[in-house]
Amino acid sequence: MTRAGGWLLAAGALTLPLWLQSTYHLHVAIMAGIFGVLAMSLNLLLGYTGQLSLGHAAFFGIGAYTSALLTLKLDWSFWPALAAAVALAGAAGFFIGRLALKLRGAYFVLVTISFAGVISLVSVNWIELTNGPLGLPGVPAPELGPWSLRSKTAYYYLVLAAVGLSYLVCRRLVRSRIGRALVALRENEPLAESVGVDVTHYLVLAAVVSAAMAGLGGSLYAHYTRFVSPEVFLFTYTVTMVIMVVAGGKGTLAGPLVGAVLFSVLPEALRAAASWQWQMLAYGVLLVLLVFYLPRGIVPWLAGVMLGSQAPREPDSPPARR
Amino acid sequence: MAELLQHLLNGLVLGGTYALLGMGLTLIFGLMNVVNFAHGEFYTLGAYVSFAALALAGIDFFAALLVAIVAGAALGWLCEVALLRPLRSESIDTTMLVMIGVWIAMQNAELLGWGGVAKSIPHPFPTAPLVLGPVSIAPLRLFVLALAAALIAASWLLIQKTKLGRAMRATFQDRDTAALMGVSIGRIHAATFAFGSGLAAAAGALLGPVFLVYPSMGDLASLKAFSVVILGGLGNLPGATLGGLLLGIAEELGAGYLSSGYRDAVGFAIIILVLLCRPSGLFARQERIA
Repeated sequence: MTRAGGWLLAAGALTLPLWLQSTYHLHVAIMAGIFGVLAMSLNLLLGYTGQLSLGHAAFFGIGAYTSALLTLKLDWSFWPALAAAVALAGAAGFFIGRLALKLRGAYFVLVTISFAGVISLVSVNWIELTNGPLGLPGVPAPELGPWSLRSKTAYYYLVLAAVGLSYLVCRRLVRSRIGRALVALRENEPLAESVGVDVTHYLVLAAVVSAAMAGLGGSLYAHYTRFVSPEVFLFTYTVTMVIMVVAGGKGTLAGPLVGAVLFSVLPEALRAAASWQWQMLAYGVLLVLLVFYLPRGIVPWLAGVMLGSQAPREPDSPPARR
Repeated sequence: MAELLQHLLNGLVLGGTYALLGMGLTLIFGLMNVVNFAHGEFYTLGAYVSFAALALAGIDFFAALLVAIVAGAALGWLCEVALLRPLRSESIDTTMLVMIGVWIAMQNAELLGWGGVAKSIPHPFPTAPLVLGPVSIAPLRLFVLALAAALIAASWLLIQKTKLGRAMRATFQDRDTAALMGVSIGRIHAATFAFGSGLAAAAGALLGPVFLVYPSMGDLASLKAFSVVILGGLGNLPGATLGGLLLGIAEELGAGYLSSGYRDAVGFAIIILVLLCRPSGLFARQERIA
């Protein structure tokens, strides 16, 4: 993406509440932002290390529950609760990364699914803490000094800040030595190892940052909807993140954001025409079609179209592994 | 003691169907190198086809079972030919994404077609349990156990004694050499996927009348099938059989003596623990971690 285009996008995002008249549109923008954080988080693992986490809703849910429980039961204010949510999700990521990343591919997927399954069962069964399937209502809206961020416009800017921060973290990480090490691992692990890349160290690092970002998304979600229930662990959330990353372009910085905006706006736009089940059905079919016809995703495809098919690759979008 | 025996017996009934699920998945996983996340959807399909044949078409219970198995195998064959065959040279991650897509699509198609309300499959067996000494068992469950055992034995014979089975085993051991020896890999893959999907559909049609039939029932079935495969080792049929029985019994014991809310956590715990401690499976000889 060119620099001018980037600034234009940033200016558009910053002034969006002025353009969008209805609070409903703003709601869609807020959800797109939250999912943008989640998609960027999943992309760190799927796009840059090549490992698919199908338990990513677990980190999202851990963030949501941590934030909700700390503000509800211990009367913490929003900001320390947010920090705790990020930290706890990151710790869970460390745990899973340490345990699971000696496994690759399908086995990593299975461990992450199982982890999410166990956490979800705990949220349903540990009724004293989580109130079970009934969930936790009344999660307070965040405050910034004397101001409440209850209004949709204020919350939009909070989410936008989180998106910007996550993007910068991803960019910093990906364009550093660490990012190059991760890509080297994805492309050829034995070779990377042979030139001295510490495999486990970098994979665990990616898992921790990814999980912490998902926790950030979870906390933002909890304080936005003001309600947390075991539904935050629904597989649907993970599927949505995967679709966003794969469609937008895994292993690119902009891809997950493009995917998040697309798959937050499209379902809302099509809501009148198609029910939620039709949309999920379409997600499944779309995933299959993407693998067949657009395996690298929209962003690399667009970059190719705009720059001609022989275009040099973006430094942050190496080819998908075959 | 009687309680323990009862749990063991219930576990055996569950385990028989888990073994069916696991055998199909372990063949697909081991032989085709496809991580079939849609496996549970063929289980759901079996249950719904059997329900449709019984309740809507008015077919006999046993014939409906057969219809379900055939439908599962046919759709599995179609799935392999249409989706997996063109991607055979792609990486395991690519086909995994496709199968995740198939999983989501099939499940939501079922949700659209049948609605979210659980259905129960009627069956011709008396509901009064048979009392066998200290334990009792519903005749339906006894039938499920017997038929699962028969299907496991038949699969075993197919793999060990038929020409197709020999070609499958050869392909599993060394695909290229098998192809050089005249085995049509494409045909073997299609047959394997159809066979595995048929077994999954059989498990669904068998457990459908025991429990309820609902669109998301395949999710847990998939995970249990994966636990069984991981317990038994990749492509290991006796391992899958034993693993299935073990998982069924472990779940029953866990639900009976620990907490019924965590029954399904047993499968998850098995996946995590076995993969971390003994990734080649409990009964495997060779290591095949990708």
